[in-house]
Amino acid sequence: MLRATLKSLLARKLRLILSTLAVVLSVMFVSGSLVLTDTLGRTFDNVFSNIYSFTDVQVSAKSATADAASGNSQAILPMPAADVDRIKKIDGVKSATGSVFVTGARVIGKNGKVVISQSGQFGGSWTGEDELTKLIAGREPSAPDEIVINNGLAKQAKFNVGDSVDIIARAEARKTYKVAGIMQYTGNRDSMAGETTVLFTVPVAQQVMLGEKDVFNVVDVRGQPGVSDDQLRDNIKAALGPDYTVQTGEELSKASSEAIRGLLKYFNYFFLGFGTIALLVGVFLILNTFSIIVSQRTQELALLRAMGASRWQIIRSVLIEALLIGIVGSLFGFLVGMGLGALGASAFTSLASMESAGLGLPVAAIVTSFAIGILVTMISAVLPAIKAARVAPIAAMRDAAATDKPLTGITIAGGVVTAAGIGFLSWGLAGAGDATLLLVFGGVLLTLVGVALLAPMISRPLVAGLGAVFSWSVPGRLGRRNSSRNPRRTAITAGAVMVGIAIITMISTIFSSLSTAIGESVEKDLQADLIVYGQQTSDVPPVIQPGELEQIKALPQAQTVAAVTYDMVQLDGKQDFVFAYDDVAAGAAVLKLRTVAGRTDRLDSGEFMTDEKTAKDRKYTVGTTIKVTFAKGQTKTLTLVGITNSTTNGNGILISNTDAQAGFQFPQPIQAMVKVKDGVAVPDAKAAVEGVLKDNPEVSVQTKEELVGSSQQQFDVALVIVQVLLFIALGISVLGVINTLLLSVIERTRELGMLRAIGLRRRQTWSMVTIESVVITLFGTVLGLVVGAGLGAATVTALKSVIGFGAVTLPWGYMVAYIIGAVIVGAVAGLIPAVRAVRLNVLNAIAYE
Amino acid sequence: MTTTVTTGQAVAARAVDVWKVYGSGEAQVIALHGVSVELERGQFTAIMGPSGSGKSTLMHTLAGLDSVTRGEIFIGDTRLTGMSDGDLTNLRRTKVGFIFQQFNLLPTLTAEENILLPLSIAGRKADPKWYETVIDTVGLRDRLKHRPSQLSGGQQQRVACARALVSRPEVIFADEPTGNLDSRSGAEVLSFLRNSVREYGQTIVMVTHDPNAASYADRVIFLADGRIVDELRSPSADAVLDKLKGLDARVESAADAPRAG
Repeated sequence: MLRATLKSLLARKLRLILSTLAVVLSVMFVSGSLVLTDTLGRTFDNVFSNIYSFTDVQVSAKSATADAASGNSQAILPMPAADVDRIKKIDGVKSATGSVFVTGARVIGKNGKVVISQSGQFGGSWTGEDELTKLIAGREPSAPDEIVINNGLAKQAKFNVGDSVDIIARAEARKTYKVAGIMQYTGNRDSMAGETTVLFTVPVAQQVMLGEKDVFNVVDVRGQPGVSDDQLRDNIKAALGPDYTVQTGEELSKASSEAIRGLLKYFNYFFLGFGTIALLVGVFLILNTFSIIVSQRTQELALLRAMGASRWQIIRSVLIEALLIGIVGSLFGFLVGMGLGALGASAFTSLASMESAGLGLPVAAIVTSFAIGILVTMISAVLPAIKAARVAPIAAMRDAAATDKPLTGITIAGGVVTAAGIGFLSWGLAGAGDATLLLVFGGVLLTLVGVALLAPMISRPLVAGLGAVFSWSVPGRLGRRNSSRNPRRTAITAGAVMVGIAIITMISTIFSSLSTAIGESVEKDLQADLIVYGQQTSDVPPVIQPGELEQIKALPQAQTVAAVTYDMVQLDGKQDFVFAYDDVAAGAAVLKLRTVAGRTDRLDSGEFMTDEKTAKDRKYTVGTTIKVTFAKGQTKTLTLVGITNSTTNGNGILISNTDAQAGFQFPQPIQAMVKVKDGVAVPDAKAAVEGVLKDNPEVSVQTKEELVGSSQQQFDVALVIVQVLLFIALGISVLGVINTLLLSVIERTRELGMLRAIGLRRRQTWSMVTIESVVITLFGTVLGLVVGAGLGAATVTALKSVIGFGAVTLPWGYMVAYIIGAVIVGAVAGLIPAVRAVRLNVLNAIAYE
Repeated sequence: MTTTVTTGQAVAARAVDVWKVYGSGEAQVIALHGVSVELERGQFTAIMGPSGSGKSTLMHTLAGLDSVTRGEIFIGDTRLTGMSDGDLTNLRRTKVGFIFQQFNLLPTLTAEENILLPLSIAGRKADPKWYETVIDTVGLRDRLKHRPSQLSGGQQQRVACARALVSRPEVIFADEPTGNLDSRSGAEVLSFLRNSVREYGQTIVMVTHDPNAASYADRVIFLADGRIVDELRSPSADAVLDKLKGLDARVESAADAPRAG
């Protein structure tokens, strides 16, 4: 029996390759993302253990809003220099060095733009060469305008010793410095992870990076011999009290890499999501292939049954075939995924100038790949296996005419599943708390499966309708009839296409609705003609220098100018954003705010305002007090004095500028909105503002239309990325189309021979097969467009209350593109089967049994 | 009994010293051994012979479905040997009709659509009068809207006959047309084929191994070992059977002669 299975498997190599390919592609995503995150995770581990390898214990002041786990390192709390002396006296301490090392030193390159680094733009104090750092050129900084830079920055921006460099420091405006020296880290590393680093003399670093004299943000402590790091940490903790964070080097490195791993986890979820879609499509393909195999082998199976094979033996033979395909597919899928993961990791590390930790062989990836690949293949093969076992021995004696089974059962099942899917979806979208995501996801999945089950029933009228387009030619008519010949097979093949297209269309619908909503809301709620802001490239927001804001306000073209800044705070114990206008009245004017309750014309220290929706959500009324702990450490109680209407741009907690200036990490304005005077052309005003900003390399000015365009463009870019990934899932479904057609061609060999014998040309044979392929693909696409647009519209409508937009914008452009794409893809998918059909030897084909 | 006078000038298909060799060296099989034959227009010719005698090969080469190793094939005045696939397709559209043992109807099309298929493939219209005649002759008027699966074997083969006839080809090649039919349906199909020869002057070449079927033909050609060994005019079933017995004896005496077919 096993022998018979293996022989039949090997006899159909092409079929084997196609169904294996489906498993390979599905598994690829999973193993690829696991290998990628594993490699990056270990790479970051290495980086952090290097950074902290020479630190026994590090002390820093405890910040109210800093939260390593969420990756928020914005809030930096300085500690007085006197603390260093206190630490030196603690038992077990050999030496304690106070230093400044924080992000936010933006170096302006020779092209006038800020030197970009995704890993951080650090500024700090030069505390001399040590085990970790050494100078490779020049000398230590001694004058206030002298700096040392890391070799990575020197290479990236082509700086040499003696060059003048402009820097916008965390706490100071643009200023020119001179490169005194260039340093490297131990092991001849130009940077730790692709970051840029500028080191000033200690007093300058304190002033420009922390904004205060005689303060440090970290103290590195070395222990005396014989004192363990843990002992040292406990000693220091006991001596300094609860206001300080004291961690060993090991703890720091662990905490930092855990934070990164937390982020990588989302990365992983993202790819695994696509992997799931690919698997779902793969299930369709595998199921279809096995069903066709079984129906083609009906006579062979019946013969086996007639010779005494039991049902269970038949089931087993199909499942063994699935197992083998599963193993081979998983193996190749894992290997290809590993290659792709390694490729992704090396692209990432070279972009970030990091030293890759090398490709690992994560056990999780191996286990998951094989488990998923084998399980999915086996599960997909269960139904065909049962169908195979139901073949009666008598079928061996009969011509295995493919009887059309009634579609009632499958249609009822489809209806029930679809209804359940829509039910879950509406339950989830109506808001079900923590279960929302699960319900929505499950609902979408069930709806797709349900529609796939309904597809055979829908296929009859729809395929006939679609095919009518091609009926002007004989091959067209024949191709159309062939595609509706076996509704189940056509439907399941098209079903795979449908899943891919439905998900793409759903996401496109959500994105285009969002994009339109943003455009509309900006149009509606923003009175400003010009917006000044910069693209944030690190954790330090680009800011408008105070002098520049005054100059803009003084421009004759400007009527109203409102500047806004925001920061993360602890609000009643939770992390939250609050924002502040330099001039509340101006802010209200450009955002078209009106008073709903209380007064909203000004804000004094200790007061705050909010909008109607936020007030309702949080049950605030005029007079409500909240407790806010600012990044710089102080806690204030604020009283609600006014409520405005809700808009799409200006919702949330608005505090007074006085409090913001005192408590924010970056009190400088992050964005400014300019209303142009009547009669002044917007382009003229823009040119004037550009003139003011010419020395600021970080921020630029955009008109309202440009802002709408650029925010919509971001959606387009995101959509393209999602689409590219989903096209891989579609690729699997195209394999399904090829598979189905190839098997159809083989099944209809004799028919093709007859047609050729009575005068069908090769070209006509080609068009016949191609049209069948195009009709199936189009059917799947149309079904997918309808289902996807429906799901997308439902999601958008349900999200109305959450994100404040509800108008559904269907992505017509994309939808037309998908249809055109489907025709092309269908024609391409028909290529191999068509070639096979055309190449048939007429004589052999007629004699084919 | 014969109504048409056959002369050398009215030849529908012709093979001139045709050789068909499969394989090479040790595995070489000679299916046709320098066969020359002329098939007269307006006649019903049967080709007979034991299995492996080359009768199917001869018909396939005559129909332009198979190439020849040496020699020439003509349909009417057209030389088939060396034609391209496109030209052969054109020839099949206009000059050749086929009837197969397995009927070979398209299950997706109705009887009527199957009958008209060769014409629609070629982009031609049926001659309405001739079409009506054919339908009446095969007696399928009330079955035209049926699918092949709704027809009996005999009815399906009559549809296939109508399909071959409707384009009025120079020659119809029938490969064991009654092989899959019971004797009554077979007799129906055969008399129908003979009538189309008698009444409409259609030329038909039929391969069969059934002496009874061959007795419907005007002329029977006997093949053995790739050579034409005998022929009968206006045969009776018994006469054909006698000839075949003689042939079987020949084949048995040369038991290890290479087989072909």
